[in-house]
Amino acid sequence: MMSNHNGRITQGQFSFLPDLTDAEITLQVEYGLGKGYAWSVEHTDDPHPRNTYWEMFGNPMFDLRDAAGVLMELDDCRKTFPNRYIRLMAFDSTRNTESIAMSFIVNRPKSEPGFVLERQEVDGRSLRYTTRGYAADKPEGERY
Amino acid sequence: MTEAIDLKALWNESGVQAVLDSLGAELIGLAPVKKRIREIASLLVVDKVRRDLRLEAGVPSLHMSFTGNPGTGKTTVALRMAELLHTLGYSRKGHLVAVTRDDLVGQYIGHTAPKTKEVLKKAMGGVLFIDEAYYLYRPENERDYGQESIEILLQVMENQRDDLVVILAGYKDRMDTFFKSNPGMSSRIAHHIDFPDYRDDELVSIGELILEGWNYRLSPGATAVFRDYIALRREQPHFANARSVRNALDRARLRQAHRLLESDGAVDRIALQTIEAEDILQSRVMAGAIAREATA
Repeated sequence: MMSNHNGRITQGQFSFLPDLTDAEITLQVEYGLGKGYAWSVEHTDDPHPRNTYWEMFGNPMFDLRDAAGVLMELDDCRKTFPNRYIRLMAFDSTRNTESIAMSFIVNRPKSEPGFVLERQEVDGRSLRYTTRGYAADKPEGERY
Repeated sequence: MTEAIDLKALWNESGVQAVLDSLGAELIGLAPVKKRIREIASLLVVDKVRRDLRLEAGVPSLHMSFTGNPGTGKTTVALRMAELLHTLGYSRKGHLVAVTRDDLVGQYIGHTAPKTKEVLKKAMGGVLFIDEAYYLYRPENERDYGQESIEILLQVMENQRDDLVVILAGYKDRMDTFFKSNPGMSSRIAHHIDFPDYRDDELVSIGELILEGWNYRLSPGATAVFRDYIALRREQPHFANARSVRNALDRARLRQAHRLLESDGAVDRIALQTIEAEDILQSRVMAGAIAREATA
């Protein structure tokens, strides 16, 4: 999850592949709609792996029939936040599932500096490890 | 490529004829509307052939406006139109999203755009049917949010022509004013279709078709009375063509049930199916006519 080969953050589906084109995104969205999932768009400038909740861009989109609607919302989000991480998430509302079934990144900042592994010496010679994004040093909104 | 193409065969192959046939069978009258839909279907079939031969002409503009009095079948035809476009591959999903002003226009600043966009997103891949579209524009209030909604609609109608077909519907005179004050909207709509009022005999046939669907029928006496009823109902205010017929038949059903219970209580299959003349004669419309005759 935290690895950053080729300077690319890998989270969610397809993140080891080259970026999906809009046509490929459309196919994935169509698949999810076929399963009855509700898509939503989220964005963040703090992609720490423990940062589970990104900011929502608009409401989750229920009752959609075609991927063009999701792509319209995604284009809006890309226009507003061209230099942030944006992901699409599919919510499966089936009773007893009621959680995210698909999630993948569809937009990245131009450069991704990745994470530092910090070692803290505590009681005796014990070590505590933590990771911190290089970009997270700067205040929110100026990170990428 | 000079070989001849059999257009008739392609037409039959496309499955358009089946949709048009069911339109012809289930919708009575509306000859100009049916003719226009046939023309649009022909255009789309020919356009498909041209595209196969790389004679590109751009995606034809399919946005439409349906004008006509209430109850002339605008919504029903829009449903069929969605089906037709789906059959021809011009609409990916072929569903119809029917909305009015309330679904598009918000209550406060900043509410309209997300609301309109949400409706547009739901309608993507299908047909967006905006009933009584002239309410979107309220010239008497310059701060009305309807204008904002119209602007978003226009943008999507122009840029995403292959994702969405918009059909605006409403009464003829008010739609004309609406288009006059929104030239942008008017110029983006290629097909203006006018729905004529039904004639009396057409309304009787519609009534019979509705009853058939409910497994009822008119007795011979009732048919004649029903004909008179329609002629009288037309004179009354709030006449809504096929919708009025439907409501009248609903009430006739009510009276038939009452009559059956009030009689000795023994009924057979035929009696349960038949609407008699007296079921219609008891109507307020007929009563008014009888009273007028008596005083004359």
